[in-house]
Parts: sequence; structure tokens; C-alpha cells
Amino acid sequence: MTALVLLDHEGGQIRKAALSAVAAATKLGDVHVLVTGDAAVAQAAASIAGVGKVLHAADARYAHDLAEPLAALVASLAGGYDHIVAAAGAFGKNVLPRTAALLDVQPIPDVISIESADTFVRPIYAGNALATVRSSDAKKLLTIRSAAFDPAPAEGGSATIETLPGVDSPDVSRFEGVQLSTSDRPELESARVVVSGGRGMQSEEKFHTLDPLADVLGAALGASRAAVDSGFVPNECQVGQTGKIVAPDLYMAFGISGAIQHLAGMKDSRVIVAVNKDPDAPIFQVADYGVVGDLFEVVPQLVDALKK
Amino acid sequence: MKILVPVKRVVDYNIKPRVKADGSGVETAGVKMSMNPFDEIAVEEAVRLREKGAASEVVVVSVGVQQAQDTLRTAMAMGADRAILVLSDESPEPLAVAKVLKKLVEKEEPSLVILGKQAIDDDMNATGQMLAGFLGWGQGTFASKVELVDGRARVSREVDGGTEEVSLSLPAIITADLRLNEPRYASLPNIMKAKKKPLETVQAADLGVDMTPRLSVVSVAEPAERKAGIKLDSVAELVEKLRNEAKVI
Ligand SMILES: Cc1cc2nc3c(=O)[nH]c(=O)nc-3n(C[C@H](O)[C@H](O)[C@H](O)COP(=O)(O)OP(=O)(O)OC[C@H]3O[C@@H](n4cnc5c(N)ncnc54)[C@H](O)[C@@H]3O)c2cc1C
Ligand SMILES: Nc1ncnc2c1ncn2[C@@H]1O[C@H](COP(=O)(O)O)[C@@H](O)[C@H]1O
Repeated sequence: MTALVLLDHEGGQIRKAALSAVAAATKLGDVHVLVTGDAAVAQAAASIAGVGKVLHAADARYAHDLAEPLAALVASLAGGYDHIVAAAGAFGKNVLPRTAALLDVQPIPDVISIESADTFVRPIYAGNALATVRSSDAKKLLTIRSAAFDPAPAEGGSATIETLPGVDSPDVSRFEGVQLSTSDRPELESARVVVSGGRGMQSEEKFHTLDPLADVLGAALGASRAAVDSGFVPNECQVGQTGKIVAPDLYMAFGISGAIQHLAGMKDSRVIVAVNKDPDAPIFQVADYGVVGDLFEVVPQLVDALKK
Repeated sequence: MKILVPVKRVVDYNIKPRVKADGSGVETAGVKMSMNPFDEIAVEEAVRLREKGAASEVVVVSVGVQQAQDTLRTAMAMGADRAILVLSDESPEPLAVAKVLKKLVEKEEPSLVILGKQAIDDDMNATGQMLAGFLGWGQGTFASKVELVDGRARVSREVDGGTEEVSLSLPAIITADLRLNEPRYASLPNIMKAKKKPLETVQAADLGVDMTPRLSVVSVAEPAERKAGIKLDSVAELVEKLRNEAKVI
């Protein structure tokens, strides 16, 4: 059996989450990957351990990963594959279900465990239940939760590269532009430490209280929906049911109450620390270590203690 | 121009879901049900476009059990003009829902379909993309802003690294993310008015759509419960624990 992984990349870098999708796919059989963009990305993909072949969609129509042309391309390749896999991020969730419709398949999103070639475990209800589902479709289209699969090593492979011609698709969408965050911090989904702030951070300006802490820990910055909605930080920082799903070694929540939609995105972290002035905040029910107090006092003390 | 908005009846987002003792699913009997929060945002966006004069009619549709008419009435109380209930089993799969919606789109001929990005029960995040695939239309998923200009829809999309802009020819599919707008509450007079708005009921089978699920549920289980840890009195203690007990720093 062979699986095709749709490999997403950003700024010329293959996303860590995509490497997790490769790792998951190796449990299903041989792995081929599809990459868009320039040849350097295809070269990088060929070095991923476990990848047998790279299909490079070099045509300009795929340059911005628009779902309409890409789904048509993937559907045209589907004949050779039993499984089509992508990371469960914005890219995979945009392209894969559209491809599934073209193939008359019910997709299986957010897989956290592969039980067999047709049986998968996925969280439902914001992770409050885990459903084991069996697919009767001839082909299985899945997205993979990166937190549940260690990424495949980026080096060690030596796959062949095949350049694909473009495939016809309806001309209905145009890429107009993208504003990417320009942070030097690690990628949220794969960071070893995540420092997150909620409504308790009070303002965009005061959210920066967390910067020195993230600096000493080499952490990614996360946030609750309330912090994003209030404009403290951009949307790509949101952790939760409808934001990013993270499972770092250490997750630190400051001024976050712990709504189920937030817990859905971080409760599989190895160690959770919560700092909240309300001793009854639900976040303490999942925290390994809690400190009841004012975060604006606790954070500077923490930075000092960590620097020692 | 007409806008179609599919809305789903789901367990209210404030309720902590409970897995049934026999592991066959999540308990919905006797549980408070509401409109999927993302669908409230979709309805709000459609109603605002009509209020601005950019659209002439907002039609809401739900695929599900008889009680989904409450959800449709709520959508009409928010300002939708009329409703269609497609009767089927509880919580059909996105593949089947998208096929039903395709039939309705062919009949109603809307210029825009605005869905929620994700239903908070099955967390599939698939129906809008699948409908777009079936119709061959453009898709603006995870939308945080929608503008109609020169016969196209310009959509800002929340993506992993930031925000992307796409422009779609109409007709098109949009899926609403959390920050697209803040949905209004239905006022009492509008709730009364909504009772008189037209609600048409059709059987899924009469639309010629095969609703047979492709995924069978083997089991549904509670995730491993996380134990509450300890509260510490000082930052020094916290740092000591993180260094020597948890060994994460
Ligand atoms: C459909 C839907 C999807 C959602 N998806 C998500 C999601 O993906 N992610 C997400 O996070 N939420 C999501 N939510 C929202 C969620 O329900 C909560 O509203 C949100 O998580 C609350 O954010 P918060 O904890 O920052 O704010 P609040 O609940 O307001 O909590 C703020 C906390 O800060 C504490 N605090 C205040 N000041 C201080 C101080 N000086 N020091 C210490 N503590 C302080 C308070 O005691 C309080 O506990 C979703 C909701 C819906 C309906
Ligand atoms: N049974 C349904 N009836 C009406 N609309 C639905 C139904 N299921 C899904 N939808 C729409 O599709 C969106 C995404 O749902 P899902 O793909 O299940 O996560 C929802 O926000 C609704 O707008």
C-alpha cells in the first residue's frame, strides 16, 4: 500500500506538522509526498526519512496552495494511492475535504491514532470524547494531529523527484496576498515550551510582559481566544478547539480561565503550569503546578528566578 | 442576490459533553441544544450583507431531525427570511450534508453560501470545502473578513502563519471563523416575527441523496482524565519543581 502526503511549507520551510504527517503515513505503507512551490522545497522533501518519491507540482497555478487547483491535482493522482494524508492545519483542512468531494469520500480529520488501514481514532466534541471510526471508502483521506505523531527526521532520505504537469481546474479563485507573522520564536505547534496569555493580560501592550519569559525559555507564544479577540495578539497564536492544538513538554497559562474550548488545544501537554488570581479557575483542574496570584507580579519573579 | 446559510443543531457549547455508558456516542438526550456557534456567525454575516443592500434574501437550511426547526427559527429571529428543513437522521456526515446542500443550491441558485467553519460536535471542518468541490465553486474558508466588490468576494482567511487574502468569482462558498463578526441576539419581537416566517420541510430521500454513512463508529470513549496537581506558594517553589521534579527546564 502507498500513501500520498500533501506536504505544506511556509517561507520555503517544510512545516514540522507536515513531517508528523509523513511519520503517520509510514504506518500505512510506502510514502510519496506532493509538494508545491520552488525546486528547493522539493529537494528538501526528498531528504525526509521514509519518503520514497517526491511529486513536485511546479506549475505556477499551485504556487499559493489555492484549494481549487490543488484539489483537482490531488484527485487526478489519487488512482495510485490507498491513503491521502495531510497535517491537520489550515492548509490540509482547506484542500483535503475538497479533494474528498471530488473522489466521493468522507474525510477523516484530526487523526490521533492509526489502528489499522481503515480504522482511526479522532477527538470529537472539543476532545471531550475520542471516537474510533472505521471507513468503508475505497480510499481514505485523513488529516493528522501533529501532536500525536513524532515528526519524521528531515534528513536521511534520498527520494526521487518527479515534476508534475498542471491539471485543469475551474478558474474561480485568485491569491491576493498574505500577511505572515514575523516572529523569531519557534513554531507554536512544535515548540518544546509554550507560554500563553489570556484575557488576564489586559492589553496588547501588557501582553509583552510575557516576552522576557518566552525569551529565557525559548518558548513559543500562545493565547486564548479572548486574548486574540481583544486584539492583544494575532489570530495565529490561538490555542484551542478551533485554534492550534499543542502538546509541548511545558505549557504555561497566564490569566487563562480554562474553558473547555481552550483545554481542547493544550490538555495533552506533558506538564501544565497555571497562574491565575482566581483559586477556583478551571485551569487549575488540569494544571500540574498552580500559582494563585497576580500574573503581573509572578511573571517578573519567574524571569528573575529562571535567569539565576 | 440570494445567500444560503446552512445551520446545524448541536449540543450547546457551554455544556460539558458526556460519553454514553455503552460507548456508542455522546449523550444528547435531555441535553441543551443550540445553533452551532460558527453558524450564528454565518447567519449574522449574511443578514448584514442583506441589510447593507448587497443581498436580497437570506435562506437558512438545516439537515437533521425535526427539532432542528428550532435552530432554523432562531436563525430567522436573527434576520433570515425563510428556512428549509431537510429531514434525516441525527448528525449526518459532511459528505451527505454537502450532497444535500448541492441539490438545494441547484434549486435555489444562491450567489453565496456561507457556512460555519466547523461544527463543534463532530469537529469535522469539511462540509463547506466539500460543497465547493461538488459545485466547482471557489472557497474562502476560515474567513475573518468578507467584502463583495465588482462581482467578486474578497475574503481574509485565518491561516497557520497569519492572514491570507483571496478573491473569488461568484457564486462562491465561504466558511465563517470566529472573528468574522459578533452575532446579534434575537430580540423578543423578532422571535415572535420569526414564528410566522416560511419554513419548508423536505425528506432527504426525496432529494435523491444517499445518506448512508461511510464512517462507522467502532466505539466512543472518554479521554484519559488529567489529574489536578498541586498549588504552590511561591515562584521559587515553582522553579524548583519544574527543574527537579518535572525536569522540563
Ligand atoms: C465555538 C467556540 C470556539 C472557541 N474556541 C476557542 C479556542 O480555540 N481557544 C480558546 O482559548 N477559546 C475558545 N473559545 C472561547 C472560550 O469559550 C473562552 O471564552 C475563552 O477561552 C476564554 O479566554 P480566557 O481564559 O483568556 O478569558 P476569561 O475566561 O475571561 O479568563 C480570564 C482569566 O484571567 C484571570 N486573571 C485576570 N487578571 C489576572 C491577573 N492579573 N493575574 C492572574 N490572573 C488574572 C481571571 O481570573 C480569569 O480566570 C471558543 C468559544 C466558542 C463558542
Ligand atoms: N446537518 C447540517 N445541517 C446544516 N448545516 C450543516 C450540517 N452539518 C454541517 N453543516 C454546515 O457545515 C459547517 C461545517 O460543519 P462540519 O463540516 O460538520 O464541521 C457547519 O458550521 C454548518 O454550517
